[in-house]
Amino acid sequence: MEAAKKKEVLFTVLAIAALLIVLIVLEQVLPTTHILFTVLRKGAIYALVAVSMNLLNGFTGLFSLGQAGFMLIGAYTYAIFTMPTAVKLSDSVYKYYDCAIHFDMPLIPALLCAGIAAAIFAALIGLPVLRLKSDYLAIATLGFAEIMRAIFQWDTLGPVTNGANVLRKYIDLTSIKLPFSDKPFPPTLFVFLVAGICIAVIMLLINSSYGRAFKAIRDDEIAAEAMGINLFKHKEMSFVISSFFAGIGGALLAMFQYTVQAAQFKSAMTYEILLIVVIGGIGSVTGSCISSFLFIACSEWWLRFLDEAKYNLPGMNILRSGFRKVVFSVIIMVIVLFFSKGIMGDRELSWKRIGAFFKDPFGLKRKKKLAAEAEVSGNG
Amino acid sequence: MSETILKINDLRVKYGGIEAVKGVSFEVPKGEIVTLVGANGAGKSSTLRAIAGLVKPQGGKIEFLGEDITGKDPTSIVKRGITLVPEGRRIFSDLTVLENLRVGAYLRKDDLTDDINWVYDLFPRLKERSWQAGGTLSGGEQQMLAVGRALMSRPKVMMMDEPSLGLAPLIVRGIFDIIKEINKQGVTILLIEQNANMALKTAGIGHVMETGCITLSGSGEELLSNEAVKEAYLGKH
Repeated sequence: MEAAKKKEVLFTVLAIAALLIVLIVLEQVLPTTHILFTVLRKGAIYALVAVSMNLLNGFTGLFSLGQAGFMLIGAYTYAIFTMPTAVKLSDSVYKYYDCAIHFDMPLIPALLCAGIAAAIFAALIGLPVLRLKSDYLAIATLGFAEIMRAIFQWDTLGPVTNGANVLRKYIDLTSIKLPFSDKPFPPTLFVFLVAGICIAVIMLLINSSYGRAFKAIRDDEIAAEAMGINLFKHKEMSFVISSFFAGIGGALLAMFQYTVQAAQFKSAMTYEILLIVVIGGIGSVTGSCISSFLFIACSEWWLRFLDEAKYNLPGMNILRSGFRKVVFSVIIMVIVLFFSKGIMGDRELSWKRIGAFFKDPFGLKRKKKLAAEAEVSGNG
Repeated sequence: MSETILKINDLRVKYGGIEAVKGVSFEVPKGEIVTLVGANGAGKSSTLRAIAGLVKPQGGKIEFLGEDITGKDPTSIVKRGITLVPEGRRIFSDLTVLENLRVGAYLRKDDLTDDINWVYDLFPRLKERSWQAGGTLSGGEQQMLAVGRALMSRPKVMMMDEPSLGLAPLIVRGIFDIIKEINKQGVTILLIEQNANMALKTAGIGHVMETGCITLSGSGEELLSNEAVKEAYLGKH
């Protein structure tokens, strides 16, 4: 048991190291504008936010739709805090307002602040909202996210948020430097490191006794309460932690996009993340990660050719701008119909499972074995 | 006479405008099995829920080892050593058997190995199914798990809400044997049942509840031979 566990950990560490090395090599070899990097960066960011949503929806059983709102708070906090003071005081970003914030801070503290700001809002919102259940909670959190979007565009807050205008010229992915030098930090590697550390922390939490309490609340609130688990305290904890990581995800998104605007954080963004969680499997961290990359790759890259009229066969005139989205929607419908529990269900990817998959890719042998057993027991 | 571990005095529980428990008083001596029997809606479950802190009583007093615990929250009540096996078992269906047991000991920070072994000794079936999800167990096994989970908090008093609900008679007998065994090992038991026959045979002290009040009290045997009880709950032969 112990030896097998050690082997698993060793394999995982090796796999992560290999992944990071591949990333570093790719960033040296391929041109920086290659679409692969867009997919990898956005995929990693969405994976982080999807895992944070899964902590809430999949592991604690709280159906919340506030993710875009917390990302918005994280993105703005990050952008405002890392924008150099000189830029804030000049006219280049805050054109119509006098910026009220006269300091800036380095990257890592600002990332943490982004998470903390989202967590503080979550703690306040959680007090009234977490007393609601299921659909009501979803509606309330969705409403909160929409209100946030409106408030951040509010004219009166212009000196802080720049009203409805974009924020830019903060520390983005291309302006990170390697420590103690002027060389740029590989941007994709940076996103993977931050998202990876955050996801690892969430996984540790899920496997701790707190995680067990969350799952107990999800399975049966009354029994959990009878075991002495303080329902409200644990729900609030899960909500705050989930929002903290959504805030960091928002900050990473701001870095990735070079500009931030409140109008972009619509409820559609939350639905995209919800879709990733559902496709990956509600209650599976690795499922959320896998489906995030698949989702982003499909929506941004693999289906691009469907938008181009030049790939039309003679006499066929359906490939045109926007057709990609039609096909994408159909794919999602098919997935939801045929994989109603998502790619992973509520299980996690493990080396044992991968090994079993390669020995028996489609479960044919297992099915045969089960059928044989059924026959034997039927005869007996 | 041994000391009183739990003392309920004039307990009243209301849901909205309806009074489910209308001034119930009884005592639970240490090391005993005490049962409340009665029909549906007699207020048995509400009494237990009030003791466990899951509902706030409107009046009356609950004393545990001389300390007033009326209206305290469930967390502090479990910490003090009172635990509830809820009606309908309510095991955590997506957690494994072992995880279910660990959640039962959530408020304890010390080593659980001895207690897990103790529960596995009481219920060898659970040990066999240690890695199985709780939801895949049979009804009887789920009841064992619910009892085992409650024991993991090292309770002084274990309250059980209808442990026989929906189980086959043979399994019910097994569960009651285990209850006696747990009681012998020093856990005081407060049991509520609709299966009055089985409960009164097991318990040292019984109370009959009707529409929110205790109408009859006595030793288990006395109640079993009582004409009124026979007529109402046991079927007169």
